[in-house]
Amino acid sequence: MRTKFLPLFSFSVFMVCIQLLTYLTDSAYHLTQLTMTAYYSLLAIGLCMLIGYAGQISIGHAGFFAIGGYISAFLTTYDLSPHKGKAIVAALSKIGALSSRPDLYGGNILTMHPWAACIIAVFAAMIIAFAIGGPVLKLKGHYLAMATLGFGIIVYRIVLGTTFLGAADGISDVPPFQVFPGIAITGKSSERILNYYLAWVIVIAGMAFLLNLIDSRIGRALTAIHGAEDAADAMGIPTARYKLRVFVLSAVFAAIAGILLTHYNGGIGPSEASVMKSVRYVSIVAIGGMANLWGCLAMSLILNYLSLRGSFGTLDDAVFGGILILIMLFAPDGLLRKQLLSDIRLFFSRRSQKEETQ
Amino acid sequence: MSLLSLEGISKRFGGLQAVSDVSFSVDQGSIKALIGPNGAGKTTLFNLISGVLPPDSGTITFNGTKVQGLMPHQVASRGMARTFQHIRLFPKMTVLENIMIGRHIHSKAGFVAGMLSLPFTWNEEKQIRGKSLEVLNFLGIAEFASAEAASLAYGQQRIVELGRALACEPKLLLLDEPAAGLNMRETAEMGRLIARIRDTGITVLIVEHDMSLVMNISDEIIVLSYGRKIADDKPLAIQKNQEVIRVYLGEEDA
Repeated sequence: MRTKFLPLFSFSVFMVCIQLLTYLTDSAYHLTQLTMTAYYSLLAIGLCMLIGYAGQISIGHAGFFAIGGYISAFLTTYDLSPHKGKAIVAALSKIGALSSRPDLYGGNILTMHPWAACIIAVFAAMIIAFAIGGPVLKLKGHYLAMATLGFGIIVYRIVLGTTFLGAADGISDVPPFQVFPGIAITGKSSERILNYYLAWVIVIAGMAFLLNLIDSRIGRALTAIHGAEDAADAMGIPTARYKLRVFVLSAVFAAIAGILLTHYNGGIGPSEASVMKSVRYVSIVAIGGMANLWGCLAMSLILNYLSLRGSFGTLDDAVFGGILILIMLFAPDGLLRKQLLSDIRLFFSRRSQKEETQ
Repeated sequence: MSLLSLEGISKRFGGLQAVSDVSFSVDQGSIKALIGPNGAGKTTLFNLISGVLPPDSGTITFNGTKVQGLMPHQVASRGMARTFQHIRLFPKMTVLENIMIGRHIHSKAGFVAGMLSLPFTWNEEKQIRGKSLEVLNFLGIAEFASAEAASLAYGQQRIVELGRALACEPKLLLLDEPAAGLNMRETAEMGRLIARIRDTGITVLIVEHDMSLVMNISDEIIVLSYGRKIADDKPLAIQKNQEVIRVYLGEEDA
């Protein structure tokens, strides 16, 4: 227990220090990108569980992010007032799933409440993940990579080509997500500090869940499936079922990330579903050390933040593609691993040996 | 009483009849060996019994229920554990974690319980760890508990694989060439270990090439040749069986 608690606590302190630093240097605007980074990190750690621990690659997780984001964006912006007479709208209103707010033109619109939209979006992502994962996870290696890539492309083309999802413009004017009274996920600058903490508390909670899972019987079973699937099967582990469940779990992390970021940004566009986003997430997991949740979180924090600050300029996508190529060439097991230091030592000792013999 | 019985099991791969009409039974608490020249169908038979392959025809009864057509993990959870001819450890896990995988069928925490680390899982984890350490002590490899499995010597990896299967507390243990790649001393040790396992009440079915091992520890031996059973008897009788000598021992002695 203590071994899990201490890093989580240290990380929380670190994130508090960053906030204090932005306060002291009067640069609170950094918190906006750091909050967005938090939501992308939520996806990254879920994907790390799937790729790093269970050994099942997915190059389509931007698709689940977009499914979550677009469903909640659509449901919280689609005006139901013309359909007020219908039974379903009356029923939704009765259970409190609807909320009314003034629109840009002074009128009133009636939409789904963000909580209701969020629950529906997560369920939809789960069902889609079950439907896709079932057949696709029978594949291994490159074939699984290609199939998930195909899924990502399909989601991208659908959101790009669907008029009521805003086509190339996406959906804007997504309302804040009133999580609890007084706490709303919104990009308003007056709520910036609150949103920064809210986002990172969610990430830390997600980390705690996944760290628990890794230390559990299920976590060991997933690592076993990664190591030798036939042997895991022979030990009574229902490998197909577990692979599907961890796939769905990572899809739920992605969908929640998509939902929350959409409310924070006040909208979502088709670029969130693009293949390059999926590649970016895979490269973060790879550079984080594959089966290393903390490495993945650290790299997600650094790289997403730099990317969102525009540090990579027009080379943004190229940087992530380049990282993936370099990792696959020089550290196919991931960069930030326990054995990294000994590997580096080995590398240099071999080189010096070579020089000596020359 | 027989724990495992096969009735008329056949399996064909394309033009090759790998196993044809094989029937036999394994008595509770005994060690039964399966021998035969290369390509006789021994490993195929193992894969049929453990659910890796479905038989084309015939029935496999284990502990009173039919198990043919079940998935390997379902067969395993009914009390059948196996080792592999080519070692299949989980390389990046420690020796202890490898053994702990063997406790999977005796524990039940799921994804949600694991993520929330519910109190009942703490107790379960303690039991998994305790039982696994018992297995390590039984095998005399407790000192390697926290070593990475892949870092162990070959002979030790074989023992760990055996331990992983033992941690399942199986009724039937299937050993696929447990002495492959071991030297004479290690082979003799493996033989003593298998006999000790039998003495704890576990039934053992073993595929093996090493005749010294098979003749020493087996209660009964089945001989396969080209997918057919040609003998099923006590070790001494097998050594005298003319057909066995012709297809198997004869070829080696010639």
